Amino acid sequence: MEQKLVALSGNEAVAYAFKQARPHVAAAFPITPQTEMMHKYAEFVANGESTTEMILVESEHSAMSAAVGSAAAGARTFTATSSAGFALMWEIVYVAASLRLPICMALVNRALSGNINIHCDHSDSMGGRDAGWIHLFSENAQEAYDNGVMSWRIAEHGDVRLPTMVNYDGFIISHTADALHMLPDEAAYDFIGKYQHKYSLLDVENPVTVGPLDLTDYYFEHKTSQLAACARAPEIVQAVSDEYGELTGRHYSFAEEYKLDDAEMVIVVLGSSAGTCKDVIDEYREKGVKAGMLKIRMFRPFPNAYIAKILAGRKAVAVLDRSASFGGFGGPVFTEVRSAMYGQNVPVHDYIYGLGGRDFDLSQVATVIDNLQNVASGGELEDVNLLGVRL
Amino acid sequence: MAVNLKKLTQNEDLLAGGHRACAGCTGSNILRQIMLTAGPDTVVGGATGCMEVVTTIFPYTAWKTSFIHSAFENSAATVSGVEAAFRSLKKHGDLPVEREKMNFIAFGGDGGTYDIGLQSLSGAMERGHNMLYVCYDNEAYMNTGIQRSSATPLGAHTSTAPAGSVKQGKEQHRKDLTKIMVAHNIPYVAQTTPFHWKDLATKVEKALSCDGPAFLNILMPCTVGWHFDTAIGIELSKEAVECNFWPLFEVENGIYKINQKPKDPSPVADWMQKQGRFKHLFKPGNEHILEASQKWVDEEWQKLLKLEASGAE
Repeated sequence: MEQKLVALSGNEAVAYAFKQARPHVAAAFPITPQTEMMHKYAEFVANGESTTEMILVESEHSAMSAAVGSAAAGARTFTATSSAGFALMWEIVYVAASLRLPICMALVNRALSGNINIHCDHSDSMGGRDAGWIHLFSENAQEAYDNGVMSWRIAEHGDVRLPTMVNYDGFIISHTADALHMLPDEAAYDFIGKYQHKYSLLDVENPVTVGPLDLTDYYFEHKTSQLAACARAPEIVQAVSDEYGELTGRHYSFAEEYKLDDAEMVIVVLGSSAGTCKDVIDEYREKGVKAGMLKIRMFRPFPNAYIAKILAGRKAVAVLDRSASFGGFGGPVFTEVRSAMYGQNVPVHDYIYGLGGRDFDLSQVATVIDNLQNVASGGELEDVNLLGVRL
Repeated sequence: MAVNLKKLTQNEDLLAGGHRACAGCTGSNILRQIMLTAGPDTVVGGATGCMEVVTTIFPYTAWKTSFIHSAFENSAATVSGVEAAFRSLKKHGDLPVEREKMNFIAFGGDGGTYDIGLQSLSGAMERGHNMLYVCYDNEAYMNTGIQRSSATPLGAHTSTAPAGSVKQGKEQHRKDLTKIMVAHNIPYVAQTTPFHWKDLATKVEKALSCDGPAFLNILMPCTVGWHFDTAIGIELSKEAVECNFWPLFEVENGIYKINQKPKDPSPVADWMQKQGRFKHLFKPGNEHILEASQKWVDEEWQKLLKLEASGAE
């Protein structure tokens, strides 16, 4: 498929990806660094490039609430937010997943308050990791765009019907101009397909009650069916990604495996930091150090079996967490990876890094690889470490 | 627009019996009256609260139209999403069943409307969605156990502002939400009660036929929270109007009209005396609270008369 090479910020790229799905409704409230994405979308509507109805609400809580109403009415619906905005949505983030509404959301990752900070970390997304959404992470604008196009197919698939969020790092991806390939509008829409709603509130011939009181006798069964949908999702994520790969030549899976074939030591990371890791891994490879990287793209549902298999037999694993779990045992990515590795004799250590947009630089990755080498040869290391902070 | 009882009673009852409202509840009565006027091409959204809880419990529903509940504070935002979806699906030719017009009604109790849902309501009204918001105002958080809300009147006993040896129930007057909604400059705002069926049906009809958002505040006597005999709820809604505690009025495009002016308003204490929530106010030493209640009602009534007169000029 012939694709245009364009220079866009991550926010603009995702605005295009969402526009190409021809959504019926968008509901959003401004928050930095998501703002530019909705500015771009509003321009599409103002210029007649999109016929989406925009609901410009008075809070993110209402953005997610209006999205729930719209999706329950049978409309293809999206929203976008960051940080505190996602936190304010939180109650309804659960409702959207529980009602099995295939809403798509751009979550432009930004640190949660307090203190207030507008820069990137993953505390927003991680705070909602158990809410029942599919979480896709992106390394750059290209991946944010690709995840944006694919998110509709995944969310709306009959075996899934779960809301899906496209995560991309605030400022680092959202506000940086990047070169990417974009599908022509028609081809993108052909791939995404026309929305097939289920149980629309507007079907006056088949009225439906959505969100009833659900107590001890049925609630657990409904949660079980939600768990089953989450369990079915990875297969659909892979199938959609395969089809997208055939169309675009860009292939995706649950994770990207970078120089992993013979890697003895592995860095596990999410988002834009992967690019930095790749550069340093290349340097170490030239020195003969067998380091590699696993960049998790699908954090929810967590691909535990895949992780356990791909990391099996490695000499040491370092997990990079761009959020802290206060009072927990390491960051959320570490907790998941270490748990997936249960029963294997592979040392897994955690690094909390980059909170509130703290620069993640080459020297930090070098420290991680040096430590990996030390651990691989029997050295000791704390389970949970801090990277790039004054102590 | 003439509402007639014979015609109304021939319409399908869209709220089925068998729901779990308390004996003597006037809320289900309000919903049935609204739905008789609205008809089947309607989507209803409810805030968490009594009426949501008693009309749905999986796998049952009392609603014969589509109904959605999402949370406590967001019925206005949720229904605004449904309404926007209707416009968009219609525009794109994607409606499941073709309709030129549908009714969108969001409701909430006073807790979900005056308090936690006020922002969501204000936003939806300002955005101009074609929807009707109905507050069934029973003057406290009844569903969670009769806690005070900003709609609870002065002196009322509630579980969070109880009458005790030192305090005598709620220490503030109620918030005037109806006028807050008038300040949104929406096409239609009105107050009514379930006793005044003709007034209620006419107001629902006006609210649903105006172009843009509309708001109805409906007093809902609650046998459990107000402590009265289950037989007299509707009677109490009638008397609330006769003592000027709950005037029937409407504001159409900014013009006030009082729909009923009691010739000789009864003392508000007569109405209060029939409700256990005010029982302590009739003990010696609490006369000043009754007086303050009467003064407040009188002053509010005078303000309303002035608002009506200013529109007539």
